[in-house]
Parts: sequence; C-alpha cells; structure tokens
Amino acid sequence: MPTVDHHQNIIEVQNVSFAYNGHEVLTDINLSIHRGDYLGFVGRNGSGKTTLIRIILGLLKPASGTVRLFGESSNAFKDWSKIGYVPQKATSIDASFPATVQEIALMGRYGRRGLFHRITEEDRDKTRAALQHVEMLEHRQQLIGNLSGGQQQRVFIARALAAEPEIIFLDEPTVGVEKSIKDDFYALLKKLNRQLHLTVVLVTHDIESMAHEAMHVACIDRTLFYHESADDFFRETHIEKHPHQ
Amino acid sequence: MFNLFHYSFVLRGLEAGVIVALIAPLIGIFLVLRRYSLIADTLAHVSLAGVALGLLLNISPILTALGITVASSLGIERLRTAKRIYGESALALFLSGSLALSTVLLSLRHGFTTNLFNYLFGSIVTVTQVDVFTIAVLAIIVVTILALFYKELVSITFDEEFATVSGIPARRISTILIILAALTISLAIPIVGILLIGALIVIPVVAALQLRKSFTQTILYAEGISLISVVAGIIVSFYCDLSTGGTIVLIMLIIFLAIIAAKSKIFARSGNSQL
Repeated sequence: MPTVDHHQNIIEVQNVSFAYNGHEVLTDINLSIHRGDYLGFVGRNGSGKTTLIRIILGLLKPASGTVRLFGESSNAFKDWSKIGYVPQKATSIDASFPATVQEIALMGRYGRRGLFHRITEEDRDKTRAALQHVEMLEHRQQLIGNLSGGQQQRVFIARALAAEPEIIFLDEPTVGVEKSIKDDFYALLKKLNRQLHLTVVLVTHDIESMAHEAMHVACIDRTLFYHESADDFFRETHIEKHPHQ
Repeated sequence: MFNLFHYSFVLRGLEAGVIVALIAPLIGIFLVLRRYSLIADTLAHVSLAGVALGLLLNISPILTALGITVASSLGIERLRTAKRIYGESALALFLSGSLALSTVLLSLRHGFTTNLFNYLFGSIVTVTQVDVFTIAVLAIIVVTILALFYKELVSITFDEEFATVSGIPARRISTILIILAALTISLAIPIVGILLIGALIVIPVVAALQLRKSFTQTILYAEGISLISVVAGIIVSFYCDLSTGGTIVLIMLIIFLAIIAAKSKIFARSGNSQL
C-alpha cells in the first residue's frame, strides 16, 4: 500500500480576504491542506465557506491574499485535473438534461484531455472505473434525471474521480438527502480518503456529519477557526458529537 | 402532375435546405439547453439589418447579414458577461435596435420590395447557385468548429462551474457557440427567412428532448426531425404553392405536437395499467 506524505501541503491559503458589495465576507483567512487530509469545512449558511472554496478553485478572485495550489500560484496553475470538484447539486444541474450517467461521468475527462484532443478508450476505461468506485456502473445507461438525489450525487463524484484528481472538494453534497443515504455517502468518502489516498475537503453546515470521518475541522464565520481534530472541534465548541446517543 | 425535380431552383432549394436542416439542430441543442433559445431570434432580427444594408449597397445580403450578426453576437455576449444589464434586456436592446436600423435603411431604398419579403419569410426561388455555395462553405466551417469544441460545449452546457474548474475556458467556448449561432442564422436566411429561423434552430431540439434519450441520441433525433420537416416542407410548398419557410415550421410543429400526444397516450396507458 503506498504511503502518503501527510506533511506535504497541497493547498495553501494566505491572508485571503473577500468582500461582496462592500460587505466583508471573508477576513484574513490562512489555511493549509496537506496531502491525504480529510478536512471538514463547517459554518452556518452565509458564513463564507462556499466563497472560500470558490476562491481556492479559482472561480472567484480574492480581494487580497494568495492561494497556492500544489506549490504554484493559483493564477499560474494549469493542472486543474489534479483538483476534483462536486458543486452544490441543486444550483448547478438541470434534472431534465438529456444525458446518461456514462455521458456525465465522461465529462470529468474532458478538461484533462484538453482542447483539440479526442476522447480515447483510456478515457472510457477511467470513467468506468470511477463509476465502479461509487457503485453506479450498473446505472450507466440511465438518464441522470431518472436517478434519486443520492445516486445523482454519486455520479457527480464519479465525474470528479474520472479525472484522477489528488484532491476533491465537495460543496454541501448531502443537502436534501435522507439519513441512511447520507451514511452510505460518508462511508464512500472515507473509502476514497483511506483506500485511494484522495485528499477530501467537505463543505457542510451539517455539523453532525463532521463527527463521522473528518480528520480536521475548519469552522468558518467570516474568519477561520482551525481544529487539529474533529474531537477537538466538538470539545472546544461544546457541541455534542453524538447528540442522540 | 409536374415533376419538381425538373426545376433547377427546386434542386438548389433542396440542397441549401438539407444543409441548413443538418446544421440548425447542432447549434440548437446547445442554445436550448443553455437557455439561450431567444438569442436565435434576436440574431435573426439583427441579420435583417444586415440584409437591408446589403440591398442598399447592392452587395450579397447574406454576406452583410453575416458580418453584422457575428459582430452583434459578440456585443450581446459582452453585455451579458459584464452583467451591467440583464441577459434578456441585452437581447431586447439588440432585437429592437436592429429592427429600427433595418427600417431606416430600407426607407433609404424607398420602402419595402418583394425581394425583402423573400428575406423575411424565405423563398427557395431566390436561392442562387452562389447562395448554395456560400451556405455549403459556411456549413463546413460551422461543423468543423463544432467538432473541434464538441466535448467542451457539452461540458459547459451541462455544468459551467464544473467545466471551469476542470480547466475548460468556459467563457471563450460560450463565445464560440454564439458566433456559430450567428453563422448558422445567416446561412439559413434564404430558406426559412429571418422571422422563422429561430423555429428551425429551436423546435426540432425541443421535440427531440421530449423523447428523453441520451445526449447523442437527442442530437440524432433532432437531426431527423429537422431533415424530414425541411424536405417535406419544400416539396409540399412547391406543389401547393405555399410559403416554404412557413410550411417547414408548421410541419415541425405538427411533429412536436404528435410526439407530445403520443407521449401522453403512452403515459395514460401505463397509468391505467397501474390502477
């Protein structure tokens, strides 16, 4: 089994601030994400957690501060296939879109393949492997709109995995998904992190989920409170880890 | 009954019609799914100003329409992305602005002519051999560019944010799509006319979407619907002496309604069987 160098930082956020319409959303954020980490980003709605993720992913420009991805400034960074992204489902997809599970997962390969290059058999193989990881291979011919919310979310993870990323960002992946499916979902993320050594960054307002698997917790409310472990987070914030037990 | 293939203008019309029928849904699928359907109509109105300019200066109206439509498509895209005004307001500005310009240009040429009527509603009688050649060249350009950027277009159409993060230059690809739409609209003018081009781009795709198939199958069905409608429309309009553009669009709408009716029948039957 390959070992993971947990001391190697792959994402570094330095002194990042962001304002929207004169209203400060993020103030002086510093954060490092190391290889093999499983980081939970928590914060209430409107706390700026999605904004921070969008800045790291280059979708928004910070007002000040820098983001370094795999040692490179995000402005100069080109190797985007190293970064997997599972956007907030509700806002980003159209359930009546005419595409099968297979067609959607294959889109994960497009950026990696690059402009003017055709899709190859290797791309199809990697896509099948990604669908296998999330246990959606048998649904590959189905239309995305005919799947349940939890299944759709797995397909979007497969799309991100198809590019063979080193880190995957998930923005509120379990919103509107029922409890039992949530548990399966967290088990899948744990498997990706522990077995495939994928670095996982999970954005959620579902604090309870943090109790499951995250190694570290970053709590955001305009500024960032970093916790060495999920246990620290629950101790320091006085939130019960298992409120129903 | 006289044979339509004895008339060279019918053959030219069919050649041009088949090319346009094949190209329009390829652009349409991306416009419809990106909620850009109305851009087709706006660019068509913009092309009228181009046609008016061509008629005034006595140069090929297709070429002037092409120039003005492509330039306007870039203007619309810039206004939309700058977000200074709403997307549909940008469309409204260009639509009414170009109509105003067209009427002024046409009044310089002493009013409306039969020729203009052909550009508004399409008439295969006006299709010249040069037009067929121009349409074919433009079509080859559009198909080549579509093939080159196909996977990027699919990706930004489904999920622009994901596409951007995966390293696809979404904004540039989106601009390419709008330019291709402008080219397609200019080449479709002689067949269905300015006022009905939007229908040719949008209706076959909307009809094919009702069938709920994969992305590639949806494109193939849209192509089939478009081709059948255009060929049938040209033949029917020839024998019955009707407006070609109007006949084509009405056939498309009949196919669309037939699909909807067939679907609701199947739905009703499966619903009953569950009772």
